[in-house]
Amino acid sequence: MTDTFGDRETDYQRVQNGAEFQALKRRFRRFVFPMTAFFLSWYFLYVLLANYAHDFMATKVWGNITVGLLFGLGQFVSTFVITMVYARWANNKQDAVAERLRLHIEDGTALDGGAA
Amino acid sequence: MTASLSSLLRAAESEDIGNPALNIAIFGAFVLLTLVIVFRASRNNKTAADYYAAGRSFTGPQNGTAIAGDYLSAASFLGICGAIAINGYDGFLYSIGFLVAWLVALLLVAELLRNTGRFTMADVLSFRLKQRPVRMAAALATLTVVFFYLLAQMAGAGGLVALLLGIDGVAGQGLVIAVVGALMILYVLVGGMKGTTWVQIIKAILLIAGAAVMTIWVLAKFGFNLSDLLQGAIDTAGEGGEALIAPGKQYGVSAMTQLNFLSLALALVLGTAGLPHVLMRFYTVPSAKEARRSVVWAIWLIGIFYLFTLVLGYGAAALVGPEVIKAAPGGVNSAAPLLAFELGGVILLGVISAVAFATILAVVAGLTITAAATFAHDIYASVIKHGEVSPDGEVRVARITVVAIGILAIIGGIFANGQNVAFLVALAFAVAASANLPTILYSLFWKRFNTSGALWSMYGGLISCIVLITFSPVVSGKVDPVTGASLSMIKNTNVDFAVIPLENPGLISIPLAFVLGIVGTYLSKEPPHPEKYAEMEVRSLTGAGSEKATVH
Repeated sequence: MTDTFGDRETDYQRVQNGAEFQALKRRFRRFVFPMTAFFLSWYFLYVLLANYAHDFMATKVWGNITVGLLFGLGQFVSTFVITMVYARWANNKQDAVAERLRLHIEDGTALDGGAA
Repeated sequence: MTASLSSLLRAAESEDIGNPALNIAIFGAFVLLTLVIVFRASRNNKTAADYYAAGRSFTGPQNGTAIAGDYLSAASFLGICGAIAINGYDGFLYSIGFLVAWLVALLLVAELLRNTGRFTMADVLSFRLKQRPVRMAAALATLTVVFFYLLAQMAGAGGLVALLLGIDGVAGQGLVIAVVGALMILYVLVGGMKGTTWVQIIKAILLIAGAAVMTIWVLAKFGFNLSDLLQGAIDTAGEGGEALIAPGKQYGVSAMTQLNFLSLALALVLGTAGLPHVLMRFYTVPSAKEARRSVVWAIWLIGIFYLFTLVLGYGAAALVGPEVIKAAPGGVNSAAPLLAFELGGVILLGVISAVAFATILAVVAGLTITAAATFAHDIYASVIKHGEVSPDGEVRVARITVVAIGILAIIGGIFANGQNVAFLVALAFAVAASANLPTILYSLFWKRFNTSGALWSMYGGLISCIVLITFSPVVSGKVDPVTGASLSMIKNTNVDFAVIPLENPGLISIPLAFVLGIVGTYLSKEPPHPEKYAEMEVRSLTGAGSEKATVH
């Protein structure tokens, strides 16, 4: 902490109320909350089908490959895709902003607008 | 367990008795290699950050591999292969829950936790709440999860020994459990988090590589055609074999088993992000970005491994057959080793056996360091000593705890050997999902959340889980309708206090814990601490003030 700031708490609160942090937080929540809702719904759709729609899931699509197997493999595919989409999004959209705010708080580096 | 695998194989392969010796030799080589690495890693184990968090110096890929090593326990390798071989599609359902759960950790927990905590889960939970009561509750929940998980691993070791090393007697198995426990104590005592992490990394690579070789081998036998492999499994199973490729063989029996499955599915998907030994791994990397990379690596490794187990399970069903698997010592758990023998004879069996054994050793080590850190850092240093303890003193207490937990695990493992403890892992996930996850999410995302809410949620989740399990059929009163034998932990079929028909508490305890967190919060008159929430929120998203890597 440098002398330009008051006590620790107000400092964090000042950053928290700043436009840049608020935008960072809003972007984060707008990404992860709907994504979580999506993958949990998709997972429970799968669980409920496997649990209560045996005949549908046992339908053969090709050879011995059943609808249930495709649904199950689909869970793997969606997990891999969401993982890569999130990692790419966070690397490109969030990290630079977070890093700038971090340096601002830890070393007192000036921000171009926003907090401070 | 009257016949050992070696005698079974002797019958199959005319007088070949070389197996156990070869298995022990390969396992011995693994132990030797990892011991050398652990001793090399121990040179820089001075501070608490070194001992608990490996100096925060692992890279994302390294830590991701170690996470996979921690997560892919013997239960997931032997258990899931066996479940697919016997129950077909229903076994596959397990692995999906175990995998999708990682998205909760990736999106909601890993990075924020890395940015706000130091060594344990309780660091994050107590960040803006009252230190001592919250730490105590979090430590109790952690120790409960770790204890159940540890006991399951140690008890499993006994069965595995019978299967892999051809040791039949209770005394002999007890001796091997003691050796496993002693080795684990040595790893954790000397190597700390750094040594433990390297053991996990080596084990994960061996396990995944071994499974990959077997998967390609199985697929090659069926012309790399998944449909033909499934046909092979159907043909070997004989009458009713078609049930293997449809859901419902295990969980579709009645409305109650379906409800059990729903409960398990909920506990699996929400439990992972609350497992303390997994959470602690996020502190071994230098930044939130590396924590993210860790989870990305872990998801790929774990996902690919579970795809392998799908092939291996159906491969065992096709090439070994459910009847042979059920008759083998170790029962369902023997599917993967028997498949290895079928494919590559004694050598591949030896390698796979040694890897399975190394898996138990590594997972047990990871659990032990988590329990030690929790006891020393949360209970001893913060609750008992009010935070007035030197880092050296804390690490010394942690090391003593390692020995104590190791001895407890050995005694528990010998005592639980041969018991039906499969429910313990499911219980560990249920406790993690009900006692830990709600409070983690509330404290990271809900401004109004307070100490009272945390205590209601954690104790409510923990106690409801344990009560529900105690009065469920897994402890008493479950009888096999065909043989009349007990399927519960209490073998006396006259004892029956199972008033709750649900075998996994998650369906009740998880929503309950989430609700209790809200109720407890609104019932308390504790004034809000906007300045603490500001600090936590800003730190969690930016990484400001987070613990940095130590430089040696």
